[in-house]
Amino acid sequence: MQFGIFSVGDVTTDPTTGRTPGERERIKAMVTIALKAEEVGLDVFATGEHHNPPFVPSSPTTMLGYIAARTERLILSTATTLITTNDPVKIAEDYAMLQHLADGRVDLMLGRGNTGPVYPWFGQDIRQGIPLAIENYALLHKLWREDVVDWEGRFRTPLQGFTSTPRPLDGVPPFVWHGSIRSPEIAEQAAYYGDGFFANNIFWPKEHFVRLITLYRQRYAHYGHGTPEQAVVGLGGQVFMRKNSQDAVREFRPYFDNAPVYGHGPSLEDFMAETPLTVGSPQQVIDRTLTFRESFGDYQRQLFLMDHAGLPLKTVLEQIDVLGEEVVPVLREEFAARRAPGVADAPTHASRTAEPSAV
Amino acid sequence: MKLVAVSAGLSLPSSTRLLADRLAEATRRRLLDDAPTGPHAEAPVGDHGGDHDGDHDGDHVEVRVIELRDLAGDIANAFVTGFANARLRAAVEAVTEADGLIAVTPVFTASYSGLFKSFFDVVDPDSLAGTPVLIAATGGTARHSLALEHAMRPLFAYLRAVVVPTAVYAASEDWGGGGDSFTDGLVARIGRAAGELADLMPRRARTRRPPAEAGDEVEEVVPFEQQLAALRN
Repeated sequence: MQFGIFSVGDVTTDPTTGRTPGERERIKAMVTIALKAEEVGLDVFATGEHHNPPFVPSSPTTMLGYIAARTERLILSTATTLITTNDPVKIAEDYAMLQHLADGRVDLMLGRGNTGPVYPWFGQDIRQGIPLAIENYALLHKLWREDVVDWEGRFRTPLQGFTSTPRPLDGVPPFVWHGSIRSPEIAEQAAYYGDGFFANNIFWPKEHFVRLITLYRQRYAHYGHGTPEQAVVGLGGQVFMRKNSQDAVREFRPYFDNAPVYGHGPSLEDFMAETPLTVGSPQQVIDRTLTFRESFGDYQRQLFLMDHAGLPLKTVLEQIDVLGEEVVPVLREEFAARRAPGVADAPTHASRTAEPSAV
Repeated sequence: MKLVAVSAGLSLPSSTRLLADRLAEATRRRLLDDAPTGPHAEAPVGDHGGDHDGDHDGDHVEVRVIELRDLAGDIANAFVTGFANARLRAAVEAVTEADGLIAVTPVFTASYSGLFKSFFDVVDPDSLAGTPVLIAATGGTARHSLALEHAMRPLFAYLRAVVVPTAVYAASEDWGGGGDSFTDGLVARIGRAAGELADLMPRRARTRRPPAEAGDEVEEVVPFEQQLAALRN
């Protein structure tokens, strides 16, 4: 099972000090966080992609290429890559390039994006969000698997005799996760291709995601990729830890109360009861994360949101230390002990190269 | 049958709740009077109806009154977080599974109150399609009574609910006086509206889709080949 960090890349004022980091500082902080993730033994760092303030990561492969040069083991991913508004040809090129530079330590998570104006800014129509996701991915999938592509679709200039370069490393495209918080169509898409499905469950009650993941597992089996239990599932998580849970609550509360997504709404306690947010001791985080398996079945990737809501870098790095040293080693052991036979690990470049049928 | 009244009254006690209770009781009586056979089951009017036993024969009426005041914080939080918490989900479910709905708001600034509108903003816009609805409002003066026609009725028309012709407005003076030569008194208007709602409910109860069983709520999906094919046309 893989554990890692995913970052939205928001520039948010620290509500306890009133200090707002600059863009350069925030971008470098994301890099530092990725390096820390590798240092403490985590498996994955994933960056968001945004095209509006207050977010900095508009150019994921630039950032991930830089991190690739400074790490050895870490898998570099996205959360998410906008399949609707990016040209699939450019995604094919950029991520194959990154794959070569990072020696295969690359996968990506595709998402539609829910910021309305981004669609017209990139010449698209948000009402076509699902058809864009379907057609663009069909083209991306083809570009990575066929050397010479003829293509005609609804949303993009036709291609005649086009070869996307560089070709995927060892002829094996990056593994793709389809991220969704809402749409059964995306679960269906992931199942059809036998790709991974990442449910970003951190902001809502679990019932909705149980339905989405159940659908994905059933359809994964329907399309002949394996049993429902063998489908490749990723989940989010959101935690803040201190040795004593009361200290964690006291320290995190002002960040919670003012957070961009849910601030000025429910109490921290109510939100913890309704969503996966866990603020407390490392043991509480371990216990809560293990319940995800009970709700969603055995899964392959667990990403935590750590650097948001204006938390200072120093605090975030402390959190990742606790995660890597106290939480993840226990989770690895516990998940492995509970895992049903026949459930595979998350696909990596090495495992996919060894097994060409997975392409 | 399930009869749900939503009251957006704010004071305790409130005339909006009083009107909701009167309408609910009048509708319940009409339903029982109209029931073809059987002893008239008693169901008390209150915040918590009895357990629903799936009986749609017309001789059992389950009445539930939802006070939006009790959910005010939950409704605001649903806007901030993007999801309804467990308490609010239960109220929304009761409303969307009702065979008849009574919606009562005080008139604030020439329209329904913000709390009233916010509750219906949380409800899925398709989930009240076909539900019989009785609209009612309260206010300090009868001059606001057309708020029912220019605000409440269009809101439920948008939701494709079936709004009964008689909308009941209760000004302060209505709680004392009877009618006059131009208008029926409040009691008569409550009775007429309740009759109209009661007439529609049995049919709704017969045709309403049963609520999904827990555990078998799997999303419906268009097979992927169809989605791909649609793009090639």
